[in-house]
Amino acid sequence: MNLSSYSKEPKFRISRNLIQEIGFMGIRLITVITIFPILAIVVFIAIKGIPAISWEFLTAMPRDGMRAGGILPAIVGTLYLMVGTATISIPLGIAAGIYLAEYAPDNLWTRLIRIAIISLAGIPSVVYGLFGLGLFVLFFEFGISILSAALTLSIMTLPVIISTSEEALRSVPYKFRVIGISLGGTQWQTIRKVILPQALPGIVTGIILGLERAVGETAPILFTGATFFLPHLPSSPLDATMALPYHIYVISTQIPGMPITIQYGTVLVLLVIVLAMDVIASVIRSRARAKRQW
Amino acid sequence: MRKSEKLITNTIRIAGSSTILFILLIFVFLMKEGLPTIQEISIGDLLSKRWYPIEELYGILPLISGSLIVTIFSMVIAFPLGIGTAIYIGEIAPPGLKEILKPLVEVLAGIPSVVLGFIGILVLSPMMRTGLKLPTGLTALTGSILLALISIPTIVSIAEDALYAVPNSYREAAYALGATHWQIIWYVVLPAGRSGILNAVMLGVGRSLGETMAVMMVTGNAPTLFSGLNSFISPVRTMTATIASEMGEVASGSSHYHVLFFIGILLFLFSLIINITSSTLSARPKRGKDQVIS
Amino acid sequence: MRQKLSVVFMLLLSIILFACQSPDQASSEQANSDSKKAYIENKGSDTLVNLALAWAEEYQLLNPGVQISVTGGGSGTGFAALINGTISIANASRQIKPEEIEAANENGFEPIEFIVADDAIAVIVNPENPVDNLSLEQVSKIYKGEISNWLEVGGEDRPIVKLSRETNSGTHVYFLETVIRLGDKEDRSIFSADTLLLPSSEGIIVEVRDNPNAIGYDGLGYVTENVKMVALSQGANDEYILPSAATVISGNYPISRHLFMYTHGEPKGAELAYLEWILSSGAQEIITELGFVPVISN
Repeated sequence: MNLSSYSKEPKFRISRNLIQEIGFMGIRLITVITIFPILAIVVFIAIKGIPAISWEFLTAMPRDGMRAGGILPAIVGTLYLMVGTATISIPLGIAAGIYLAEYAPDNLWTRLIRIAIISLAGIPSVVYGLFGLGLFVLFFEFGISILSAALTLSIMTLPVIISTSEEALRSVPYKFRVIGISLGGTQWQTIRKVILPQALPGIVTGIILGLERAVGETAPILFTGATFFLPHLPSSPLDATMALPYHIYVISTQIPGMPITIQYGTVLVLLVIVLAMDVIASVIRSRARAKRQW
Repeated sequence: MRKSEKLITNTIRIAGSSTILFILLIFVFLMKEGLPTIQEISIGDLLSKRWYPIEELYGILPLISGSLIVTIFSMVIAFPLGIGTAIYIGEIAPPGLKEILKPLVEVLAGIPSVVLGFIGILVLSPMMRTGLKLPTGLTALTGSILLALISIPTIVSIAEDALYAVPNSYREAAYALGATHWQIIWYVVLPAGRSGILNAVMLGVGRSLGETMAVMMVTGNAPTLFSGLNSFISPVRTMTATIASEMGEVASGSSHYHVLFFIGILLFLFSLIINITSSTLSARPKRGKDQVIS
Repeated sequence: MRQKLSVVFMLLLSIILFACQSPDQASSEQANSDSKKAYIENKGSDTLVNLALAWAEEYQLLNPGVQISVTGGGSGTGFAALINGTISIANASRQIKPEEIEAANENGFEPIEFIVADDAIAVIVNPENPVDNLSLEQVSKIYKGEISNWLEVGGEDRPIVKLSRETNSGTHVYFLETVIRLGDKEDRSIFSADTLLLPSSEGIIVEVRDNPNAIGYDGLGYVTENVKMVALSQGANDEYILPSAATVISGNYPISRHLFMYTHGEPKGAELAYLEWILSSGAQEIITELGFVPVISN
């Protein structure tokens, strides 16, 4: 009996391997199904959009009810929003990251801050839009403006920047801090001269990823800063602005007889900006890993 | 010197606590604008079956039902794809391939939702109508597919982290007992990482529930109540799309304005519950940036 | 490979950055030289937005000292912004409601109405759809959900997919009052719940163009050659009439309406000049080009 059960063993093994083969095939298939649409979307947009890209398309004002000419004001608007968001969220985000990594005691308040960050990260973008409308546009009377939109986007990107900054700072070994202090530096001097430079690549990566999200979002700027059409470039932070994501929404749904190439071209420009930020972030990340001194 | 040190330390402390201020501001503001709903509209009317603001029919059930339908179905699609891909990247893929797949999934995370909506209108929705012989391609199903694409990067990155966090000694022990690679994944790694995987799905749900633009562009926005399986291939109207498309319409202070903020409160609370539960679920002691980014 | 890609991306980004720098400086110089630049914020009806855009472009060519920004979003959106004081001219495809006037009064101003163009609402179907004529009552029943198959109105055996603009659209309200309720003020019937509410006029055109089951309605100015307009009749025994400038002016086409602009109190300066220009024959010609109906005859 014992022997016969041993003799069954190889059969059992075969079926185990068969299960493994089937399982792995399934997993591979799933991965292909997941990855394929990503590539398909990017390639499809690139192929359809490239014919629209020209010097004029990138640098001219729209003409003929936006059916011709360029998309300059939308590109510039997006850059303005990016710069505005960066100006507000970077210093605040890094400072908060420093606080959590270097200063925060392990107490209830710190735990509350962490819960707040987690909550901020999960709030739907359209709720940020509501909040921005209520607080910045109406209550502070900034109106529908770059300022209101940038403030709204800043709060939305803050959790990303804080968390990545904190993580980057924490990954700097403890001995660096000891050395800084032992050389007679104060805590802040140690952070500024020793820890921050070491953590910088990680922080910058986080900033880029945060801004990438801000650049691509439509819902938060819908009621806070975006405008359908602007015949000139915005000249003050209190002007409303065109922006690429909202512009895509507008030209793909609102304008009759909109040439399809302009639509794909505009989508491509936004995609290139966003993916470029992705690439820059990952280049910085891998360079920093290679250069790491500990 | 001492004075400036103190100033900087205090600034950092304040910055650290700013997130609490923001979350409170958002909460207070949503409450201030949304709570009057309860005085203006009876609970019975709020829970009625028809949303038609022109006639002051503010039944939010169809909107909640719409949001749930697209979210649930998007998870049905995204769960196997996301977890499968995470297993492949984390456990099966050779290192070289892994280095290609991870950034590719990140690319998907970076594609703005309005771009996916654009593809949804132009490509996916006609495909759905002709392929499945539906009366219209603007359905919950089309929205769910886009939402799946949007939530997959979140699920993959967190699930992969969860699998990575399973100690290698588990795998080695199983291997020593004669288990195949597949058995190790199926019987050891997945059960060990299940809280992380659950966490991944919860955040995926949060992402789907809060998404606005892509959904608004492809679901047809008809405020229909769930009526059996047929609802998945019918047009639906989500809470987020309702806010985005109607907010501009209302004069501040009207009942309609208050109800839209009330829907904002619901979304805010949903996201709060999802994120706080998932953070306590999280197997990892410290939340990394991946979770916050997605 | 990846590095190459990143170089290409960086290059593109720097081109974009560079590109937006130069004209930006130019515009700020221009702004300095002409410090009295007037700024008109114009928002509202999506029906009017393309017309308003065309007017704004033309007017700014004629008057470089004036800047006009145009935004759509629906008539209600425009009124809300006018009441909140964020814009100076609201575009509307419906008349202002008493409660909106009240809200404006509370904020210390009286909205002033200008009729700037006329528009017919065209009922449209896919060109493959054999149905050419419908009575208003049939259209009403379709949108109320009482007729749900094209067979019932002389078409093929297909389900009817009903498309409408969002509720913040003046066109939506007009259609509700004039077609669904057939002008009966006591009638409280509304769109059936499974009516697709699309955020824009263009969305409706696109879906009707692609979908043989669909029925939609849109301002005449939006209708393209890819969709088929249905001839409408007031009653079952009346003549079926296609929408056009001629049938709107003659009053034969049953569903047409005025398009409005509202100002924040009596218009002054640049706004007054702009509105006067809009009501001049030059600006009214643009109306015809865009498929709307002028309010003054040449």
